[in-house]
Amino acid sequence: MSILIDKNTKLITQGFTGKTATFHSLGALAYGTKLLGGVAPGKGGTKHPDPGVNLPVWDTVAEAKAATGADASVVYVPPPGAADAILEAIDAEIPLIVCITEGIPVQDMIRVKRALSGSKSRLIGPNCPGVVTAGECKIGIMPANIFKPGSVGIVSRSGTLTYEAVFQTTNEGLGQTTAVGIGGDPVKGTEFIDMLEMFLADEKTKSIVMIGEIGGSAEEDAAQFIADEAKRGRKKPMVGFIAGRTAPPGRRMGHAGAIISGGKGDAESKIAAMEAAGIKVSPSPARLGKTLVEVLKG
Amino acid sequence: MNIHEYQAKEVLKGFGVPVSKGVAAMTPEEAKAGAEKLAAEGAKLFVVKAQIHAGGRGKGKFKELPADAKGGVRLAKTPDEVYANAKEMLGNTLVTIQTGEAGKQVNRLYVEDGSDIEKELYLSMLVDRETGRTAFVVSTEGGMDIEKVAHDTPEKIITFSVDPATGIQPHHGRTIAKALNLKGDLAKQAESLATKLYKAFTETDMALLEINPLIITPDGRLHVLDAKVGFDSNALYRHPEIVALRDLTEEDAKEIEASKYDLSYITLDGDIGCMVNGAGLAMATMDIIKLYGREPANFLDVGGGASEEKVTAAFKIITADPNVKGILINIFGGIMKCDIIANGVVAAVKAVGLKVPLVVRLEGTNVNEGKKIIAESGLDVVPADDLDDAAQKIVAAVKKAA
Repeated sequence: MSILIDKNTKLITQGFTGKTATFHSLGALAYGTKLLGGVAPGKGGTKHPDPGVNLPVWDTVAEAKAATGADASVVYVPPPGAADAILEAIDAEIPLIVCITEGIPVQDMIRVKRALSGSKSRLIGPNCPGVVTAGECKIGIMPANIFKPGSVGIVSRSGTLTYEAVFQTTNEGLGQTTAVGIGGDPVKGTEFIDMLEMFLADEKTKSIVMIGEIGGSAEEDAAQFIADEAKRGRKKPMVGFIAGRTAPPGRRMGHAGAIISGGKGDAESKIAAMEAAGIKVSPSPARLGKTLVEVLKG
Repeated sequence: MNIHEYQAKEVLKGFGVPVSKGVAAMTPEEAKAGAEKLAAEGAKLFVVKAQIHAGGRGKGKFKELPADAKGGVRLAKTPDEVYANAKEMLGNTLVTIQTGEAGKQVNRLYVEDGSDIEKELYLSMLVDRETGRTAFVVSTEGGMDIEKVAHDTPEKIITFSVDPATGIQPHHGRTIAKALNLKGDLAKQAESLATKLYKAFTETDMALLEINPLIITPDGRLHVLDAKVGFDSNALYRHPEIVALRDLTEEDAKEIEASKYDLSYITLDGDIGCMVNGAGLAMATMDIIKLYGREPANFLDVGGGASEEKVTAAFKIITADPNVKGILINIFGGIMKCDIIANGVVAAVKAVGLKVPLVVRLEGTNVNEGKKIIAESGLDVVPADDLDDAAQKIVAAVKKAA
């Protein structure tokens, strides 16, 4: 078991023939992901030009889905066309859409989020590193060599901090079920709570690492969810980290969503909420794995 | 990206929003000429407003002027008084609650037709992360610090968001009118204003629009007296007319240089320069430096697809900061390949030299190639195994050098 994706997931790529998509398609194939082809408008009927990829190209997502039975799509389309690409995938009823693209205008994402509600699709991202189920399926840009099949579920707003959590849990011998980067934008497809719900329900996931950052109140909401579920007896050992303790208020720290504004979204209130929900928050990003080992020992 | 008040009003005016007549001025002569032009059009009172990207101007103080001198928003009765005030304000440094102690130099003024005020209201718009929609925030408590109102009397602030599928509707306008206690013709004006503001916000990709105060004039008009606007930087590519409004003198020189290379850089107060890939890891790297007892000199995210050239530029920006006593490079490669970072660092060190300790931690895609490039470069670089090791090594090196 795992969440979102597994060895049977059939994947297509949007923005298939671009440089970034090509590099990461090779990585996905090397990992054993069932990547079946992709979409590049105007190039339908051809094959991906890289001999290592060499998979069919379609003009539209609907065609690609009809031909492959794809149940997941990964979007590498540059910002001006990215929202349109996601909307096309929603229209084609692709169950899981993962958008890697960073820099999509927030007004575009507002429309995308509205289109998602009531649709048959779930969106992960944008501005995220993707989803990996260790040893089975890799969607996105995470480095493959740091994963090891195991028992930890990882969910994070930050790409590179996801890698830290994966790397450290691998080094501690725990390994992962699934790692999900939900992305650093203020308006996105999936928040922490949905992923935490899936990890709590997944039998193979024995513990959870959750990585948040300054800005918004998604971490507080997630902490409330964890506290409520614990009251119902649903509970798994959890370690957390919040990036941006030292960030000055009013400045956007790289991610569009990482900003302390109007006295809201600072690290301390998030850490307090998580600790109150029974999540052990590591003060150091370098001690996520070790802290989890300590929590598991009890 | 933020713009000045006078620019914000110009943008809003383009959407039919009621704003005062005004003239921007860079010199006292231009200010006086502007006042004369406004007088010819019927103005009897003038407001001279310092244009800086910070609020609290009215209550602000000029560093160079005596303590009892007037602040950054002044009333004047004649063009000559406008001239005298402009002369006192231009070139001097205004310190407000939002500028910090350093203050901001006033290089531009806005001379406006003075309005009579019957009542001050508050209206702002922003992207609400929780609903994922554009939201309105309105309050009868205009002219005040809205954060204080939110804290003391939260019931006086009304917030609602607009469904993007329908866009703005008449009922949104009625909600605003009700929240602001507006009746009759003023309620109709509120409805019309809401529609115009929503159009302006969404069509120009604003991130924030704050009107404080929104006023009612004695003759019963709803009028925008002050406006603060910021734009979504992700959307600037489709608004060249907005990009043209950028005032570089309002921004940090190093941050401008960084933005040329598409680097995300923010100057901080500490002495350890950081170069990291990914915003979250960059913040975490700042946090861990602090955890080991030092302060970061900057936030710097080189991004996902950095080239060798970009890495070199980032390195130059960090080393150009005289406060930097040591540098920590922390890369966990996903899209970013470690060998590209390594080549960029080696090229940069060779080009600009290295006068402070440098610790490099590489992990992820092409890590072995990257480590090999650093090791074979013959440069005085301290390699680190993980983030903990890296942070401890740079803090120790800086302490030792001090």
